[in-house]
Amino acid sequence: MRMEIDPLKLAGAKPRGKRPFFMEDTDVERVMAITMAVAQELAVMRERLDTIERLLERDGTVTREAIESFVPSRAEAEERGAWTQEYLARILRIYQQDIESLSVPDEPTSEDIGHELAQDND
Amino acid sequence: MLANRTYDGPPDYRNVGLHGMSPETSHDEKARFNFLAHLNRHLAGKVLPGVKTAYEVRVAPTHPTPKSRHDVRKALLGDPLFQHWSAQRRNTMELRQQAGRWVTLRQAEDLITKAREMTDGDPRLKLDPDLEIPPYLAKIDHHCMPGSYHDELVPGDVTGAANYDVGIFVTTGGGLGRFSDGGGQAVVAWMEKNRPDFAPKRILDIGGGLGQNVVPIAQAYPDADVICVDTGAPVLRYGLARAKSMGVNNITFVQANAEDLSMFPDGHFDWVQSTMFLHETSVRAMPKIMKESYRLLAPGGMVMHVEQPQYADDMPLYEQAIRDWDAFYNNEPFWTKMHELDLDQWMLDAGFAEEELVHGGVAAVVDTELFPEHANDEVEDYGRKAAWHITGGEKKAA
Repeated sequence: MRMEIDPLKLAGAKPRGKRPFFMEDTDVERVMAITMAVAQELAVMRERLDTIERLLERDGTVTREAIESFVPSRAEAEERGAWTQEYLARILRIYQQDIESLSVPDEPTSEDIGHELAQDND
Repeated sequence: MLANRTYDGPPDYRNVGLHGMSPETSHDEKARFNFLAHLNRHLAGKVLPGVKTAYEVRVAPTHPTPKSRHDVRKALLGDPLFQHWSAQRRNTMELRQQAGRWVTLRQAEDLITKAREMTDGDPRLKLDPDLEIPPYLAKIDHHCMPGSYHDELVPGDVTGAANYDVGIFVTTGGGLGRFSDGGGQAVVAWMEKNRPDFAPKRILDIGGGLGQNVVPIAQAYPDADVICVDTGAPVLRYGLARAKSMGVNNITFVQANAEDLSMFPDGHFDWVQSTMFLHETSVRAMPKIMKESYRLLAPGGMVMHVEQPQYADDMPLYEQAIRDWDAFYNNEPFWTKMHELDLDQWMLDAGFAEEELVHGGVAAVVDTELFPEHANDEVEDYGRKAAWHITGGEKKAA
């Protein structure tokens, strides 16, 4: 039995229902979608590398079969999870700074302060 | 080593419970699910609180008197942080669908064959190829899941169901437990605590999908005959095979529309359950579903509908607007209307008396050794938190 299912074509299929875009420039949103997919794939690669390192430490050798069947201990899983949290904090840092800036709405810029510091009168 | 902090993230996907229909996943496919579970948690825990601040400091002051959650949502649409959070949340759901579909579609043949071998000739799978898919399911693919619960790419398809099953971990960051059954476990725990002597002989789960929430009910009441009704053949096939592989043999999966269950006589069931189902129906369907549930209920029995909390007047409009997000941007179109309805009134209209109504709250029951207990979690992923309200009715014994 050969099935007429092409996973590569169908995996990313559009669901029924018109897609919403949120940003004023929809191309920015497209680039964001691509960037996050690349970020996902880098995280996948990092987890694989972590697996290989742990297998090498444990066994001194590594096979693809060993990679596929690797199950981290709870402590190992938490280390890997903590890395992913750190990774997301790094790549989504701009949001953190945007959010922190919300609490200082009238914060002066360096230019404002430079201008102020250049004055010789009070 | 963890750098000076306690780990509070999702468990590894490798802790997800496996059953006889679980798709095989490669190392990298598991890693992809791990990343997406983390991304969902990051957006809920680190970015969404900022959206609230943005609302307070720069949206509300320029839109000072919103009359409804819709006014709040429309005002938020102009805020750059809400735009980014929304774009990320939508994109994360699409990445999750793609990741799950890749896993299941690449092994479609194996999954379909396995389901066929496990269900062929089994009287506990009752499909109705002539059943019309109701418009509320046919018009849109819920939670951006291409093909929804019912489309079949090939005869005997179960890939959509398998995709749904593997992805629940990702969307909830593991909040629904090893077998994504935290909702069903919660219902059982509520029943055991509040109705310890309840011994239902027949149980009906409506809109039960692949049965992840009815399996724990069937396990808790092993002497009961359990019926799981859904409109989608793929979820029912998959559901029976999954339940059997878990050693649960008292569930029959029936393809039918919950608006018309005339194949069952009046008073046939001691317990009629729906878990996160009503919000995927419509205003036209709900009274029919409620009436059918009442008609099918035996004297002394209980109807229980489990959903996210309704939009009561004491819920801030901002929270209502964020809870509404899935309705507008994650293909859950009835979510918004359903959550403003007076469910008690609908129960009364269906036939219950005021004093027969039952209310309660439940939170996902999970194996907290490995899985996060979201009930006590400070991260509030509105609309997706694993904690729900019960609207129920007990028919007086004859």
